[in-house]
Amino acid sequence: MSFLIPCPHCGNRPQPEFAYGGNIGDDPPGSMLDVLSEDLYFNDNTAGEQFERWFHRFGCERWIVIRRDTRTNQVSEGWEGVDAP
Amino acid sequence: MRLPRRDGETIDRDDRRTFTFDGKEVQAYAGDTIGSALYANGQRIFTRSFKYHRPRGLSCAAGNCAGCLMEVDGEPSVKACTRTVQGGEVVRSQTISGSLERDPMRVVDHVAGPVTPVGFYYRLGIRPKAAWPHIERMLRRMTGLGRVGEAPPKPHRADVEHRTAGVLVIGAGRSGQEAAARYAAEGRQVILVDERAEYASLAIDGVEVIAPGTALGVYEGRLVPVHADGLMHRIRAEKIVVATGSIDQPLLFEGNDLPGVMTPSAVRRLVGLWSIRPGTRAVVLAADEAGDEAARLLREAGTQVVETIDLRGVRPPKVKAAARHGLLAAVEIDGRKIDCDLLVASAGRQPAYSLLAQSGCSVRFDAEKGIFAPDQLVDGVEAAGSVTGEGAAVLAAAEGAGKRTFVCPCEDVTAKDLVRAVGEGFEDIEIAKRYTTVTMGPCQGRLCHLHSVRALARATGVGEAALGTTTARPPWQPTPLGDVGGRKLNPGKRTALHDANRRAGAQYVWTGVWRRPDHYGDAAAEIKAVHEGVGLMDVSTLGKLYVSGPDAEAFLDGVFPNRISTLKVDRVRYGIFNTDSGRIIDDGTIIRVGERDFLVTTSSGGVDQVYEAFLLWVAERKLAVDVVNVSGALSAVSLSGPKAREVLSRVTDVDVANEAFKFLDVRQGAVAGASALLMRIGFLGELGYEIHFPSTAAEHVWEALMKAGAEFGILPLGVEALKALRLEKGHIIVGIDTDSETTMLECGMGPMIAWDKGEFVGNEALGRMNERGADRALVGFTADDLPNEGTAVLVGGEVGGRVTSARRSAVSGQVIGLAYVPAAIGSEGSAFELDLGEGRRGGAKVHIGAFYDPDGERMRG
Repeated sequence: MSFLIPCPHCGNRPQPEFAYGGNIGDDPPGSMLDVLSEDLYFNDNTAGEQFERWFHRFGCERWIVIRRDTRTNQVSEGWEGVDAP
Repeated sequence: MRLPRRDGETIDRDDRRTFTFDGKEVQAYAGDTIGSALYANGQRIFTRSFKYHRPRGLSCAAGNCAGCLMEVDGEPSVKACTRTVQGGEVVRSQTISGSLERDPMRVVDHVAGPVTPVGFYYRLGIRPKAAWPHIERMLRRMTGLGRVGEAPPKPHRADVEHRTAGVLVIGAGRSGQEAAARYAAEGRQVILVDERAEYASLAIDGVEVIAPGTALGVYEGRLVPVHADGLMHRIRAEKIVVATGSIDQPLLFEGNDLPGVMTPSAVRRLVGLWSIRPGTRAVVLAADEAGDEAARLLREAGTQVVETIDLRGVRPPKVKAAARHGLLAAVEIDGRKIDCDLLVASAGRQPAYSLLAQSGCSVRFDAEKGIFAPDQLVDGVEAAGSVTGEGAAVLAAAEGAGKRTFVCPCEDVTAKDLVRAVGEGFEDIEIAKRYTTVTMGPCQGRLCHLHSVRALARATGVGEAALGTTTARPPWQPTPLGDVGGRKLNPGKRTALHDANRRAGAQYVWTGVWRRPDHYGDAAAEIKAVHEGVGLMDVSTLGKLYVSGPDAEAFLDGVFPNRISTLKVDRVRYGIFNTDSGRIIDDGTIIRVGERDFLVTTSSGGVDQVYEAFLLWVAERKLAVDVVNVSGALSAVSLSGPKAREVLSRVTDVDVANEAFKFLDVRQGAVAGASALLMRIGFLGELGYEIHFPSTAAEHVWEALMKAGAEFGILPLGVEALKALRLEKGHIIVGIDTDSETTMLECGMGPMIAWDKGEFVGNEALGRMNERGADRALVGFTADDLPNEGTAVLVGGEVGGRVTSARRSAVSGQVIGLAYVPAAIGSEGSAFELDLGEGRRGGAKVHIGAFYDPDGERMRG
């Protein structure tokens, strides 16, 4: 993986500078176990665009949100904060 | 033979150089490659092939094939045709078992057909099974390219340079140069890369030229590693222009791998760059204008061109090359024999699209031209010149290839082998490739990819378009691991007291990224000092997070399972940090230094995780809290032992009397003149103080405390003493006594949890586990024999847990430790066994609470 992440504070930076913080899910709750278990142990595993949290570990040390296509690693935009825009 | 001086030659006839080849001295000029110099000196056999040990020689002279692999100064498998002569090299032939001219392993070639067909090693030695180790040893000796010497050459590692480029142009041919000049004129920052040394002196206004430099591949985000002269440039480009051109494809016929058979490009380079006459009598068989150009150059060079056949639009003739003493001696065309020592043969040119394919561009088969050409390009990547397929075309191979018609000379794969593989059911292109190893040799498909796809398409009856191509992956040039491995870096961290520790005789141990003193020569004496006198430990590795703001109290109540809001100013409390699923990831202390100000310490390795989780919690809830990581800014020492108070009193203005500075109290004051935060805690079981101060004062404070403690026999403490002393108290170390599943409930810390305070990290998961009850418990134990850490706990003969820590107590002489046991036996006095190995078992008993000073009188006193 060597894609670039558009950090709203630091600009386009290589992905290894960041720590992944999971996707911001809208899982339909309760389809397999229960809400808590799904939240903790199940990922949407989307093939397509999703909102993700990343922590800019070797940069501004802030959490940001990006929209990434998991099939192509195409990142379209980055926002401050931890919530989907 | 060297020709008289010619225009455009790249050799400098006034600069003579020599190197040795298999012990013999070879004359060369500056600008020669090892391959060109050897050829000029009459050498024709350069190496032997990988499987059949057939003689091989210069066939492309451009670094595309494996005909000239040699060992240069101990580095194996160097392409001699592109390695520039510096002078003084020691060059040796490789992949030979006798000499280049006479190789007894050649017998494999003569008898090979029925004995060693493609994939034979998958079937060989399956039965009897016992034979396999011998066969494997024999195969390993026989195969492979080159060898790594017993005394390997000097460590070869490339430095890495991270760079950006407006436009990166790969390939410095005509199209590449034009593209580079055009973008430079637009004011873009342009880098032009070419692997051929002859472009080293190329100069274009506003263009940085890296030559010879190899673009190893195109990675995500338009990242291109370019290796040049011991330096790895990691170039991140806004735009990439691929101008890698097209590559002469070999003609497929019986004996097409003989030394003396070469491509038109080899003639162009031998004559044009190095002024060498390639042969005396030549036949030219080509399917494009490159054949005419080669014939013209050969005539200029004084080679007699006996016959030129343009293969375009004619019925493909049946061609067979014959050898004498391993070298081409004649060619038979439709039964007509022509004596020659040079056969220039080409089926046409195939675009070198690998880098484009790696960038994500699609490739399609053009049935009319008989080539694979790039189709849909991706954003930010351009193709220029013949790599686009413009002007390129390749003839299909004639039917009925002979048994020595090599589709893939690198791997000795013949046309017959591919037909056989299909017959065995390996019809898919990817598995046929893996089974036959076609295209997997040093040329990486440059010369064999197209022909192998076409041969497979014919054998399977599926068209080339449907069969498709194999996936192009970096690197597209064989690359020494040292080039991509980077320089050996040691990312270890050292505390501000590292030098002071070393002067005190520290023996270091790695703990995560930290180098910490394991002991200072005698761990037992250090333990004794803490129990009887005083010890000083560098604990600067602790993570330190400064938490402040109006919501600080609410924040800490949210991230810790215990209640922090009740913590009074100038007091310290132990805390565990959990994941959302209620598993322990770290522990530390929370120090309240003001109404809205806290210092949180974490374990040495846990600070990054905790810091990130803290910031996430703050951001999610939009709390008015600042979290600042001051781990490096503050150093810390732990002063422990019955004499600690007396030592501390000599260097501080803080009142350290027991009543004034109680257990779990926090004070701010000066220590040896440095402003410091002092807290009274007892991780090591004796009276103890942890002192934090600016790292700039670290050595000064350390020396002052050591000096003040000298009369009490103060000793510096290492990690071993820490581990032993805390075990006496039954304190866990996160990461040693916990694993990724451990919960507070299993460690007997359930009572710490403030269930009624509302949401906190892991509360839901912990709540459920609390209802269900833990099925294992982390308990103390005493035992007869000292087990290793990791020793299995046996309950009723079955494995029921494991030992996480164990030592022989310096106080009681007993074996003490911590272990996971089934919750059912997690009560005081329950007996279990330890699997001590080799059938031995030892008895053990659960012990709840501290082993030493269970009521904590010593640390409170």
